Amino acid sequence: MKNKQIDKQLIKNLAIIVIVFAAIEFLLYGDLLTRQFRSLLIPVCINVILAVSLNLTTGFLGELTLGHAGFMSVGAYTGALVTMNLNLPMIIEFPIALIAGGLVASLFGVIIGVPVLRLRGDYLAIVTLAFGEIIKSIINSLKITNGAMGLSNIELHGNYKNFGYVFFLTVITIFAIKNMVNSRQGRAVCSIRDNYIAAEAVGINVSKFKVMAFVVAAFFAGIAGVIYGHNVGTLKPTTFDYNKSIEILVIVVLGGMGSIKGSVIAAIILTILPEMLRSADEFRMFLYAVVLIAMMIFNSSQIKQRILSSDIFLKLKKTKKEA
Amino acid sequence: MALLEVKNLGISFGGLRAVDDFNITIEKGCLYGLIGPNGAGKTTVFNMLTGVYLPTDGSILLDGTNLVGKNPAQICQSGVARTFQNIRLFGKMTVLDNVKVALHNEYNYSLASGLLHLGKYKKTEAAMDQRALEILDVFGMKEYAGLLASNLPYGEQRKLEIARALATNPKLLLLDEPAAGMNPNETAELMDTIRFIRNKFEITILLIEHDMKLVTGICEKLTVLNFGTELTTGTPEVVLNDPEVITAYLGE
Repeated sequence: MKNKQIDKQLIKNLAIIVIVFAAIEFLLYGDLLTRQFRSLLIPVCINVILAVSLNLTTGFLGELTLGHAGFMSVGAYTGALVTMNLNLPMIIEFPIALIAGGLVASLFGVIIGVPVLRLRGDYLAIVTLAFGEIIKSIINSLKITNGAMGLSNIELHGNYKNFGYVFFLTVITIFAIKNMVNSRQGRAVCSIRDNYIAAEAVGINVSKFKVMAFVVAAFFAGIAGVIYGHNVGTLKPTTFDYNKSIEILVIVVLGGMGSIKGSVIAAIILTILPEMLRSADEFRMFLYAVVLIAMMIFNSSQIKQRILSSDIFLKLKKTKKEA
Repeated sequence: MALLEVKNLGISFGGLRAVDDFNITIEKGCLYGLIGPNGAGKTTVFNMLTGVYLPTDGSILLDGTNLVGKNPAQICQSGVARTFQNIRLFGKMTVLDNVKVALHNEYNYSLASGLLHLGKYKKTEAAMDQRALEILDVFGMKEYAGLLASNLPYGEQRKLEIARALATNPKLLLLDEPAAGMNPNETAELMDTIRFIRNKFEITILLIEHDMKLVTGICEKLTVLNFGTELTTGTPEVVLNDPEVITAYLGE
Protein backbone atom coordinates (compact mmCIF):
# COMPACT_ATOMS: atom_id res chain seq x y z
CA MET A 1 0.00 0.00 0.00
CA LYS A 2 2.67 2.45 1.06
CA ASN A 3 4.94 1.32 -1.76
CA LYS A 4 2.24 1.98 -4.29
CA GLN A 5 1.83 5.50 -2.96
CA ILE A 6 5.53 6.17 -3.36
CA ASP A 7 5.43 4.84 -6.91
CA LYS A 8 2.47 7.10 -7.69
CA GLN A 9 4.43 10.08 -6.38
CA LEU A 10 7.37 9.05 -8.54
CA ILE A 11 5.20 8.76 -11.64
CA LYS A 12 3.68 12.16 -10.94
CA ASN A 13 7.14 13.72 -10.56
CA LEU A 14 8.36 12.08 -13.73
CA ALA A 15 5.29 13.33 -15.59
CA ILE A 16 5.97 16.90 -14.44
CA ILE A 17 9.60 16.60 -15.51
CA VAL A 18 8.69 15.27 -18.96
CA ILE A 19 6.08 17.99 -19.49
CA VAL A 20 8.44 20.77 -18.44
CA PHE A 21 11.18 19.35 -20.61
CA ALA A 22 8.91 18.91 -23.64
CA ALA A 23 7.59 22.46 -23.25
CA ILE A 24 11.05 24.00 -23.12
CA GLU A 25 12.31 21.90 -26.03
CA PHE A 26 9.27 22.93 -28.05
CA LEU A 27 9.95 26.60 -27.34
CA LEU A 28 13.62 26.14 -28.17
CA TYR A 29 13.17 24.32 -31.46
CA GLY A 30 10.23 26.40 -32.52
CA ASP A 31 12.50 29.41 -32.02
CA LEU A 32 9.81 30.96 -29.86
CA LEU A 33 12.17 32.20 -27.14
CA THR A 34 13.85 35.57 -27.22
CA ARG A 35 17.62 35.48 -27.09
CA GLN A 36 17.45 36.78 -23.55
CA PHE A 37 15.34 33.90 -22.30
CA ARG A 38 17.29 31.35 -24.25
CA SER A 39 20.47 32.51 -22.55
CA LEU A 40 18.80 32.06 -19.17
CA LEU A 41 17.95 28.36 -19.54
CA ILE A 42 21.35 27.01 -18.57
CA PRO A 43 21.99 29.49 -15.71
CA VAL A 44 18.64 28.47 -14.21
CA CYS A 45 19.71 24.81 -14.29
CA ILE A 46 23.11 25.68 -12.80
CA ASN A 47 21.53 27.65 -9.98
CA VAL A 48 19.07 24.84 -9.29
CA ILE A 49 21.95 22.36 -8.94
CA LEU A 50 23.89 24.78 -6.73
CA ALA A 51 20.92 25.60 -4.50
CA VAL A 52 19.77 22.00 -4.08
CA SER A 53 23.29 20.85 -3.21
CA LEU A 54 23.88 23.75 -0.81
CA ASN A 55 20.59 22.84 0.83
CA LEU A 56 22.17 19.56 1.88
CA THR A 57 24.74 21.30 4.07
CA THR A 58 22.73 24.36 5.05
CA GLY A 59 19.20 22.99 5.24
CA PHE A 60 19.66 19.36 6.18
CA LEU A 61 22.97 19.37 8.04
CA GLY A 62 22.06 22.78 9.44
CA GLU A 63 25.48 24.37 9.00
CA LEU A 64 25.72 27.81 7.43
CA THR A 65 28.34 27.59 4.68
CA LEU A 66 29.54 30.55 2.65
CA GLY A 67 32.05 28.81 0.42
CA HIS A 68 29.87 27.00 -2.06
CA ALA A 69 31.20 29.06 -4.99
CA GLY A 70 34.65 27.73 -4.08
CA PHE A 71 33.58 24.18 -4.87
CA MET A 72 31.93 25.44 -8.02
CA SER A 73 35.13 27.12 -9.21
CA VAL A 74 37.19 24.01 -8.55
CA GLY A 75 34.77 21.99 -10.66
CA ALA A 76 34.62 24.65 -13.39
CA TYR A 77 38.39 24.86 -13.80
CA THR A 78 38.91 21.10 -13.62
CA GLY A 79 36.20 20.47 -16.22
CA ALA A 80 37.48 23.21 -18.52
CA LEU A 81 41.06 21.91 -18.34
CA VAL A 82 39.85 18.40 -19.12
CA THR A 83 37.97 19.36 -22.29
CA MET A 84 40.69 21.79 -23.40
CA ASN A 85 43.34 19.11 -23.16
CA LEU A 86 41.34 16.20 -24.50
CA ASN A 87 40.46 16.31 -28.14
CA LEU A 88 37.63 13.86 -28.13
CA PRO A 89 34.05 14.14 -29.32
CA MET A 90 31.70 15.94 -26.94
CA ILE A 91 29.81 12.78 -26.05
CA ILE A 92 32.96 11.32 -24.48
CA GLU A 93 34.86 14.30 -23.13
CA PHE A 94 31.97 16.17 -21.52
CA PRO A 95 31.01 13.30 -19.18
CA ILE A 96 34.68 12.86 -18.29
CA ALA A 97 34.88 16.58 -17.52
CA LEU A 98 31.72 16.44 -15.39
CA ILE A 99 32.91 13.49 -13.34
CA ALA A 100 36.41 14.91 -12.96
CA GLY A 101 35.03 18.29 -11.91
CA GLY A 102 32.69 16.67 -9.41
CA LEU A 103 35.38 14.43 -7.95
CA VAL A 104 38.00 17.15 -7.56
CA ALA A 105 35.39 19.42 -5.96
CA SER A 106 34.39 16.66 -3.54
CA LEU A 107 38.06 16.17 -2.70
CA PHE A 108 38.03 19.82 -1.65
CA GLY A 109 34.86 18.98 0.25
CA VAL A 110 36.91 16.55 2.35
CA ILE A 111 39.67 19.10 2.80
CA ILE A 112 37.26 21.74 4.07
CA GLY A 113 35.07 19.20 5.86
CA VAL A 114 37.73 17.78 8.15
CA PRO A 115 39.05 20.97 9.79
CA VAL A 116 35.60 22.47 10.23
CA LEU A 117 34.36 19.44 12.16
CA ARG A 118 35.25 21.16 15.39
CA LEU A 119 33.39 24.32 14.46
CA ARG A 120 29.71 25.08 14.47
CA GLY A 121 27.38 27.90 13.50
CA ASP A 122 28.86 31.33 12.90
CA TYR A 123 32.46 30.14 13.33
CA LEU A 124 31.98 27.59 10.58
CA ALA A 125 30.35 30.19 8.34
CA ILE A 126 33.40 32.48 8.59
CA VAL A 127 35.84 29.61 7.97
CA THR A 128 33.99 28.48 4.85
CA LEU A 129 33.92 32.09 3.65
CA ALA A 130 37.69 32.28 4.08
CA PHE A 131 38.08 28.92 2.39
CA GLY A 132 36.24 30.13 -0.70
CA GLU A 133 38.51 33.15 -0.89
CA ILE A 134 41.60 30.95 -0.53
CA ILE A 135 40.53 28.83 -3.47
CA LYS A 136 39.95 31.99 -5.47
CA SER A 137 43.43 33.33 -4.75
CA ILE A 138 45.07 29.97 -5.46
CA ILE A 139 43.38 29.84 -8.85
CA ASN A 140 44.46 33.44 -9.36
CA SER A 141 48.12 32.58 -8.85
CA LEU A 142 48.41 29.21 -10.61
CA LYS A 143 49.91 28.93 -14.07
CA ILE A 144 47.69 26.10 -15.25
CA THR A 145 44.57 28.18 -14.60
CA ASN A 146 46.14 31.14 -16.41
CA GLY A 147 45.95 33.35 -13.31
CA ALA A 148 43.82 36.46 -13.33
CA MET A 149 43.43 36.25 -17.12
CA GLY A 150 41.40 33.11 -16.69
CA LEU A 151 40.62 30.46 -19.25
CA SER A 152 38.94 31.19 -22.52
CA ASN A 153 37.85 29.33 -25.63
CA ILE A 154 36.32 26.53 -23.62
CA GLU A 155 34.24 24.36 -25.90
CA LEU A 156 30.55 25.18 -25.45
CA HIS A 157 29.34 21.72 -24.54
CA GLY A 158 26.96 23.03 -21.95
CA ASN A 159 25.11 25.80 -23.79
CA TYR A 160 21.46 25.89 -24.77
CA LYS A 161 22.05 23.63 -27.77
CA ASN A 162 22.68 20.83 -25.33
CA PHE A 163 19.87 21.86 -23.02
CA GLY A 164 18.58 18.28 -22.82
CA TYR A 165 21.89 17.13 -21.39
CA VAL A 166 22.01 19.87 -18.75
CA PHE A 167 18.35 19.38 -17.89
CA PHE A 168 19.01 15.69 -17.37
CA LEU A 169 21.92 16.48 -15.00
CA THR A 170 19.74 18.89 -13.06
CA VAL A 171 17.02 16.28 -12.64
CA ILE A 172 19.60 13.71 -11.51
CA THR A 173 20.93 16.16 -8.91
CA ILE A 174 17.47 16.87 -7.53
CA PHE A 175 16.65 13.18 -7.31
CA ALA A 176 20.00 12.27 -5.79
CA ILE A 177 19.72 14.85 -3.01
CA LYS A 178 16.06 14.02 -2.42
CA ASN A 179 16.88 10.32 -2.27
CA MET A 180 19.77 10.91 0.05
CA VAL A 181 17.61 12.86 2.47
CA ASN A 182 15.19 9.92 2.55
CA SER A 183 17.90 7.39 3.20
CA ARG A 184 19.82 6.06 6.15
CA GLN A 185 22.63 8.54 5.47
CA GLY A 186 20.25 11.47 5.12
CA ARG A 187 18.49 10.63 8.36
CA ALA A 188 21.85 10.61 10.10
CA VAL A 189 22.63 14.05 8.62
CA CYS A 190 19.25 15.46 9.72
CA SER A 191 19.61 13.98 13.20
CA ILE A 192 22.90 15.87 13.59
CA ARG A 193 21.08 19.09 12.68
CA ASP A 194 18.28 18.47 15.15
CA ASN A 195 20.42 17.40 18.09
CA TYR A 196 23.99 16.27 17.65
CA ILE A 197 24.37 15.08 21.25
CA ALA A 198 21.39 12.76 20.85
CA ALA A 199 22.67 11.68 17.42
CA GLU A 200 25.95 10.60 18.99
CA ALA A 201 24.09 8.88 21.79
CA VAL A 202 22.18 6.67 19.35
CA GLY A 203 25.39 5.63 17.63
CA ILE A 204 25.70 8.10 14.74
CA ASN A 205 29.28 8.89 13.80
CA VAL A 206 28.77 12.65 13.68
CA SER A 207 32.12 13.49 12.08
CA LYS A 208 31.65 10.98 9.28
CA PHE A 209 28.24 12.23 8.27
CA LYS A 210 29.18 15.89 8.49
CA VAL A 211 32.03 15.26 6.06
CA MET A 212 29.76 13.11 3.91
CA ALA A 213 27.25 15.96 3.56
CA PHE A 214 30.05 18.35 2.59
CA VAL A 215 31.48 15.91 0.07
CA VAL A 216 28.17 15.17 -1.65
CA ALA A 217 27.25 18.87 -1.77
CA ALA A 218 30.70 19.74 -3.15
CA PHE A 219 30.41 17.05 -5.82
CA PHE A 220 27.25 18.53 -7.26
CA ALA A 221 28.56 22.09 -6.92
CA GLY A 222 31.54 20.92 -8.96
CA ILE A 223 29.25 19.57 -11.65
CA ALA A 224 27.40 22.90 -11.73
CA GLY A 225 30.78 24.56 -12.18
CA VAL A 226 31.67 22.33 -15.13
CA ILE A 227 28.38 23.20 -16.83
CA TYR A 228 28.98 26.89 -16.12
CA GLY A 229 32.39 26.84 -17.76
CA HIS A 230 31.08 25.03 -20.82
CA ASN A 231 28.15 27.40 -21.14
CA VAL A 232 29.98 30.70 -20.89
CA GLY A 233 33.19 29.60 -22.57
CA THR A 234 35.43 31.70 -20.36
CA LEU A 235 36.39 31.41 -16.69
CA LYS A 236 37.75 34.10 -14.40
CA PRO A 237 38.61 33.66 -10.72
CA THR A 238 36.60 36.74 -9.76
CA THR A 239 33.36 35.10 -10.89
CA PHE A 240 33.54 32.77 -7.93
CA ASP A 241 33.94 35.22 -5.06
CA TYR A 242 31.79 35.29 -1.95
CA ASN A 243 29.09 37.23 -3.78
CA LYS A 244 28.35 34.09 -5.75
CA SER A 245 28.26 32.00 -2.55
CA ILE A 246 25.86 34.43 -0.95
CA GLU A 247 23.70 34.49 -4.08
CA ILE A 248 23.28 30.71 -3.73
CA LEU A 249 22.63 31.01 -0.02
CA VAL A 250 19.92 33.60 -0.69
CA ILE A 251 18.21 31.12 -3.01
CA VAL A 252 18.31 28.40 -0.34
CA VAL A 253 17.01 30.69 2.40
CA LEU A 254 14.24 32.06 0.20
CA GLY A 255 13.18 28.58 -0.88
CA GLY A 256 13.22 27.42 2.70
CA MET A 257 15.96 25.55 4.56
CA GLY A 258 15.49 21.86 4.04
CA SER A 259 12.96 22.23 1.22
CA ILE A 260 14.20 20.89 -2.10
CA LYS A 261 11.10 21.98 -3.97
CA GLY A 262 11.54 25.46 -2.50
CA SER A 263 15.17 25.62 -3.62
CA VAL A 264 14.20 24.71 -7.17
CA ILE A 265 11.44 27.33 -7.36
CA ALA A 266 13.55 30.03 -5.70
CA ALA A 267 16.47 29.28 -8.04
CA ILE A 268 14.22 29.74 -11.07
CA ILE A 269 12.69 32.98 -9.77
CA LEU A 270 15.93 34.55 -8.59
CA THR A 271 17.76 33.74 -11.80
CA ILE A 272 15.08 35.16 -14.05
CA LEU A 273 14.16 38.17 -11.90
CA PRO A 274 17.32 40.26 -12.42
CA GLU A 275 16.95 39.82 -16.17
CA MET A 276 13.31 40.79 -16.12
CA LEU A 277 14.27 43.97 -14.29
CA ARG A 278 16.79 44.98 -16.93
CA SER A 279 14.40 47.55 -18.35
CA ALA A 280 14.54 49.41 -15.06
CA ASP A 281 18.16 50.29 -15.79
CA GLU A 282 19.90 51.90 -12.80
CA PHE A 283 17.09 50.88 -10.47
CA ARG A 284 17.61 47.23 -11.33
CA MET A 285 19.56 46.13 -8.27
CA PHE A 286 17.46 48.36 -6.06
CA LEU A 287 14.27 46.70 -7.29
CA TYR A 288 15.88 43.29 -6.99
CA ALA A 289 16.68 43.99 -3.35
CA VAL A 290 13.18 45.30 -2.67
CA VAL A 291 11.58 42.24 -4.24
CA LEU A 292 13.92 40.04 -2.22
CA ILE A 293 12.93 41.71 1.04
CA ALA A 294 9.25 41.48 0.14
CA MET A 295 9.55 37.79 -0.67
CA MET A 296 11.44 37.01 2.53
CA ILE A 297 8.84 38.81 4.62
CA PHE A 298 6.02 37.10 2.75
CA ASN A 299 7.68 33.72 3.18
CA SER A 300 7.95 33.96 6.95
CA SER A 301 4.66 35.79 7.46
CA GLN A 302 1.30 34.47 8.47
CA ILE A 303 -0.21 35.68 5.22
CA LYS A 304 1.42 32.78 3.39
CA GLN A 305 0.09 30.34 5.96
CA ARG A 306 -3.37 31.86 5.65
CA ILE A 307 -3.31 31.61 1.87
CA LEU A 308 -2.10 28.03 2.04
CA SER A 309 -4.81 27.04 4.49
CA SER A 310 -7.59 29.18 2.99
CA ASP A 311 -10.68 27.50 1.55
CA ILE A 312 -10.01 28.53 -2.02
CA PHE A 313 -6.51 27.14 -2.00
CA LEU A 314 -7.59 23.85 -0.43
CA LYS A 315 -10.37 23.53 -2.98
CA LEU A 316 -7.91 24.19 -5.80
CA LYS A 317 -5.63 21.55 -4.39
CA LYS A 318 -8.47 19.10 -4.07
CA THR A 319 -9.73 19.56 -7.61
CA LYS A 320 -6.18 19.21 -8.83
CA LYS A 321 -5.89 15.92 -6.97
CA GLU A 322 -9.16 14.61 -8.30
CA ALA A 323 -8.22 15.53 -11.84
CA MET B 1 30.05 -11.72 36.06
CA ALA B 2 28.31 -8.41 36.45
CA LEU B 3 27.15 -6.54 33.34
CA LEU B 4 28.52 -3.20 34.45
CA GLU B 5 31.44 -2.71 36.78
CA VAL B 6 32.49 0.83 37.60
CA LYS B 7 35.55 1.25 39.77
CA ASN B 8 36.96 4.38 41.44
CA LEU B 9 35.37 6.61 38.83
CA GLY B 10 36.16 10.29 39.25
CA ILE B 11 36.13 13.53 37.28
CA SER B 12 37.37 17.04 37.95
CA PHE B 13 36.30 20.19 36.18
CA GLY B 14 39.21 22.52 36.86
CA GLY B 15 39.42 22.61 40.63
CA LEU B 16 35.97 21.15 41.17
CA ARG B 17 35.81 17.48 41.99
CA ALA B 18 32.36 16.66 40.58
CA VAL B 19 32.45 12.92 41.16
CA ASP B 20 34.94 11.13 43.35
CA ASP B 21 35.66 7.44 43.90
CA PHE B 22 32.35 6.22 42.50
CA ASN B 23 31.82 2.46 42.45
CA ILE B 24 28.85 0.54 41.14
CA THR B 25 28.28 -3.07 40.12
CA ILE B 26 25.13 -3.93 38.23
CA GLU B 27 24.11 -7.55 37.66
CA LYS B 28 22.54 -8.53 34.36
CA GLY B 29 18.79 -7.95 34.30
CA CYS B 30 18.75 -5.70 37.34
CA LEU B 31 16.67 -2.54 37.69
CA TYR B 32 19.04 -0.21 39.47
CA GLY B 33 18.36 3.25 40.86
CA LEU B 34 20.78 6.14 41.28
CA ILE B 35 19.40 8.80 43.59
CA GLY B 36 20.62 11.85 45.46
CA PRO B 37 20.10 15.59 45.86
CA ASN B 38 20.38 18.01 42.94
CA GLY B 39 23.97 18.67 42.00
CA ALA B 40 25.19 15.43 43.55
CA GLY B 41 26.72 14.32 40.23
CA LYS B 42 24.19 11.77 39.00
CA THR B 43 23.97 13.09 35.45
CA THR B 44 27.74 13.54 35.42
CA VAL B 45 28.03 9.82 36.11
CA PHE B 46 25.70 9.14 33.16
CA ASN B 47 27.77 11.43 30.97
CA MET B 48 30.92 9.52 31.89
CA LEU B 49 29.24 6.16 31.28
CA THR B 50 28.17 7.28 27.79
CA GLY B 51 31.43 8.96 26.80
CA VAL B 52 30.18 12.54 26.81
CA TYR B 53 32.77 13.31 29.52
CA LEU B 54 36.14 11.62 29.79
CA PRO B 55 36.66 10.49 33.39
CA THR B 56 39.78 11.81 35.11
CA ASP B 57 40.31 8.43 36.74
CA GLY B 58 38.72 5.06 37.23
CA SER B 59 37.43 2.34 34.93
CA ILE B 60 34.10 1.38 33.37
CA LEU B 61 33.74 -2.25 32.36
CA LEU B 62 30.76 -3.40 30.32
CA ASP B 63 30.74 -7.17 29.98
CA GLY B 64 34.47 -7.07 30.69
CA THR B 65 35.43 -4.49 28.03
CA ASN B 66 36.64 -1.05 29.06
CA LEU B 67 34.51 1.87 27.86
CA VAL B 68 36.78 4.68 29.05
CA GLY B 69 38.21 6.61 26.09
CA LYS B 70 35.58 5.50 23.60
CA ASN B 71 33.40 8.18 22.01
CA PRO B 72 29.62 8.29 22.58
CA ALA B 73 28.80 6.62 19.25
CA GLN B 74 31.19 3.74 19.96
CA ILE B 75 29.83 3.30 23.46
CA CYS B 76 26.32 3.16 22.04
CA GLN B 77 27.45 0.48 19.61
CA SER B 78 28.96 -1.54 22.46
CA GLY B 79 25.52 -1.63 24.07
CA VAL B 80 24.81 1.38 26.29
CA ALA B 81 21.82 3.55 25.39
CA ARG B 82 20.46 6.54 27.27
CA THR B 83 17.73 9.12 27.56
CA PHE B 84 18.27 12.73 28.61
CA GLN B 85 17.04 14.78 31.54
CA ASN B 86 16.08 17.61 29.19
CA ILE B 87 14.44 15.79 26.29
CA ARG B 88 16.63 15.64 23.21
CA LEU B 89 14.54 14.40 20.32
CA PHE B 90 15.10 15.05 16.63
CA GLY B 91 12.32 17.62 16.61
CA LYS B 92 12.00 18.29 12.89
CA MET B 93 11.88 14.60 12.03
CA THR B 94 8.92 12.28 12.28
CA VAL B 95 8.41 9.94 15.21
CA LEU B 96 9.15 6.99 12.93
CA ASP B 97 12.36 8.58 11.65
CA ASN B 98 13.48 9.29 15.21
CA VAL B 99 13.43 5.55 15.86
CA LYS B 100 14.92 4.75 12.46
CA VAL B 101 17.94 6.95 13.17
CA ALA B 102 18.63 4.69 16.13
CA LEU B 103 18.42 1.62 13.88
CA HIS B 104 21.20 3.15 11.76
CA ASN B 105 23.95 0.75 12.76
CA GLU B 106 21.86 -2.39 12.69
CA TYR B 107 20.59 -1.98 9.12
CA ASN B 108 23.15 -1.10 6.53
CA TYR B 109 23.40 -0.08 2.89
CA SER B 110 25.92 1.99 0.97
CA LEU B 111 25.78 5.71 0.15
CA ALA B 112 25.37 4.77 -3.52
CA SER B 113 22.17 2.83 -2.83
CA GLY B 114 21.04 5.70 -0.62
CA LEU B 115 21.55 8.23 -3.43
CA LEU B 116 19.97 6.12 -6.14
CA HIS B 117 17.45 4.16 -4.07
CA LEU B 118 18.69 0.99 -5.68
CA GLY B 119 20.12 -2.28 -4.47
CA LYS B 120 19.42 -3.08 -0.84
CA TYR B 121 17.61 0.22 -0.27
CA LYS B 122 13.99 -0.86 -0.58
CA LYS B 123 14.32 -4.12 1.31
CA THR B 124 16.35 -2.60 4.13
CA GLU B 125 14.06 0.41 4.50
CA ALA B 126 11.01 -1.87 4.66
CA ALA B 127 12.68 -3.96 7.36
CA MET B 128 13.61 -0.78 9.27
CA ASP B 129 10.04 0.51 9.05
CA GLN B 130 8.71 -2.75 10.38
CA ARG B 131 11.19 -2.89 13.27
CA ALA B 132 10.62 0.76 14.18
CA LEU B 133 6.85 0.29 14.20
CA GLU B 134 7.23 -2.80 16.39
CA ILE B 135 9.18 -0.77 18.94
CA LEU B 136 6.69 2.12 18.78
CA ASP B 137 3.89 -0.38 19.28
CA VAL B 138 5.41 -1.47 22.60
CA PHE B 139 4.86 2.10 23.79
CA GLY B 140 1.44 2.37 22.17
CA MET B 141 2.77 5.08 19.87
CA LYS B 142 2.23 3.46 16.50
CA GLU B 143 -0.46 5.96 15.54
CA TYR B 144 1.93 8.88 16.05
CA ALA B 145 4.50 7.47 13.60
CA GLY B 146 3.92 10.16 10.97
CA LEU B 147 3.88 13.15 13.35
CA LEU B 148 6.81 15.47 13.88
CA ALA B 149 8.50 14.60 17.15
CA SER B 150 8.31 18.19 18.40
CA ASN B 151 4.52 18.13 18.02
CA LEU B 152 4.06 15.26 20.48
CA PRO B 153 2.69 15.92 23.96
CA TYR B 154 5.31 15.99 26.69
CA GLY B 155 4.66 12.54 28.12
CA GLU B 156 4.81 10.95 24.67
CA GLN B 157 8.09 12.74 23.98
CA ARG B 158 9.59 11.10 27.07
CA LYS B 159 8.33 7.72 25.88
CA LEU B 160 9.69 8.29 22.39
CA GLU B 161 13.13 8.95 23.87
CA ILE B 162 13.00 5.57 25.60
CA ALA B 163 11.76 3.91 22.40
CA ARG B 164 14.59 5.48 20.45
CA ALA B 165 17.15 4.33 23.00
CA LEU B 166 15.76 0.79 22.86
CA ALA B 167 16.05 0.76 19.08
CA THR B 168 19.84 0.78 19.38
CA ASN B 169 19.49 -2.71 20.86
CA PRO B 170 21.30 -1.97 24.14
CA LYS B 171 22.43 -4.29 26.91
CA LEU B 172 22.28 -1.45 29.41
CA LEU B 173 19.69 1.33 29.31
CA LEU B 174 20.31 4.55 31.24
CA LEU B 175 17.21 6.60 32.03
CA ASP B 176 17.82 10.14 33.28
CA GLU B 177 14.74 11.22 35.29
CA PRO B 178 12.18 9.44 33.09
CA ALA B 179 9.27 10.61 35.25
CA ALA B 180 10.23 14.29 35.40
CA GLY B 181 7.19 16.45 34.78
CA MET B 182 4.74 13.57 34.75
CA ASN B 183 1.57 13.37 36.80
CA PRO B 184 0.96 10.40 39.19
CA ASN B 185 -1.09 8.49 36.60
CA GLU B 186 1.55 8.89 33.92
CA THR B 187 4.24 7.89 36.40
CA ALA B 188 2.37 4.71 37.30
CA GLU B 189 2.03 3.88 33.64
CA LEU B 190 5.70 4.59 33.09
CA MET B 191 6.63 2.19 35.93
CA ASP B 192 4.75 -0.60 34.19
CA THR B 193 6.42 0.25 30.88
CA ILE B 194 9.90 0.22 32.41
CA ARG B 195 9.30 -3.16 34.05
CA PHE B 196 7.77 -4.47 30.82
CA ILE B 197 10.66 -3.42 28.57
CA ARG B 198 13.19 -4.85 31.01
CA ASN B 199 11.51 -8.24 30.69
CA LYS B 200 10.64 -8.07 27.00
CA PHE B 201 13.99 -6.82 25.72
CA GLU B 202 15.99 -8.64 28.46
CA ILE B 203 18.01 -5.55 29.29
CA THR B 204 19.52 -4.05 32.39
CA ILE B 205 18.31 -0.62 33.47
CA LEU B 206 20.01 2.08 35.49
CA LEU B 207 17.83 5.08 36.26
CA ILE B 208 18.13 8.45 37.93
CA GLU B 209 14.91 9.60 39.58
CA HIS B 210 13.60 11.96 42.22
CA ASP B 211 10.14 10.42 42.39
CA MET B 212 10.46 8.14 45.43
CA LYS B 213 7.28 6.31 44.55
CA LEU B 214 8.79 5.21 41.28
CA VAL B 215 12.14 4.42 42.86
CA THR B 216 10.71 2.25 45.62
CA GLY B 217 8.18 0.78 43.23
CA ILE B 218 10.53 -0.67 40.66
CA CYS B 219 14.17 -0.44 41.70
CA GLU B 220 15.77 -3.57 43.09
CA LYS B 221 18.91 -1.88 44.26
CA LEU B 222 19.89 1.70 44.96
CA THR B 223 22.99 3.82 45.18
CA VAL B 224 22.82 7.23 46.82
CA LEU B 225 25.16 9.98 45.66
CA ASN B 226 25.88 13.10 47.68
CA PHE B 227 28.41 15.83 46.85
CA GLY B 228 29.95 13.59 44.20
CA THR B 229 30.62 10.69 46.51
CA GLU B 230 28.76 7.51 47.19
CA LEU B 231 26.74 7.69 50.41
CA THR B 232 25.43 4.16 50.53
CA THR B 233 24.32 1.20 48.42
CA GLY B 234 21.76 -1.51 49.04
CA THR B 235 18.15 -2.60 48.66
CA PRO B 236 15.55 0.20 48.72
CA GLU B 237 14.29 -0.70 52.24
CA VAL B 238 17.76 -0.55 53.75
CA VAL B 239 18.89 2.56 51.85
CA LEU B 240 15.76 4.64 52.43
CA ASN B 241 15.81 3.95 56.17
CA ASP B 242 19.47 4.85 56.46
CA PRO B 243 19.68 7.91 58.76
CA GLU B 244 22.47 9.41 56.68
CA VAL B 245 20.33 9.24 53.53
CA ILE B 246 17.41 10.76 55.39
CA THR B 247 19.42 13.78 56.53
CA ALA B 248 21.23 14.26 53.21
CA TYR B 249 18.38 13.74 50.79
CA LEU B 250 14.97 12.61 51.96
CA GLY B 251 14.44 14.89 54.92
CA GLU B 252 12.81 14.01 58.23
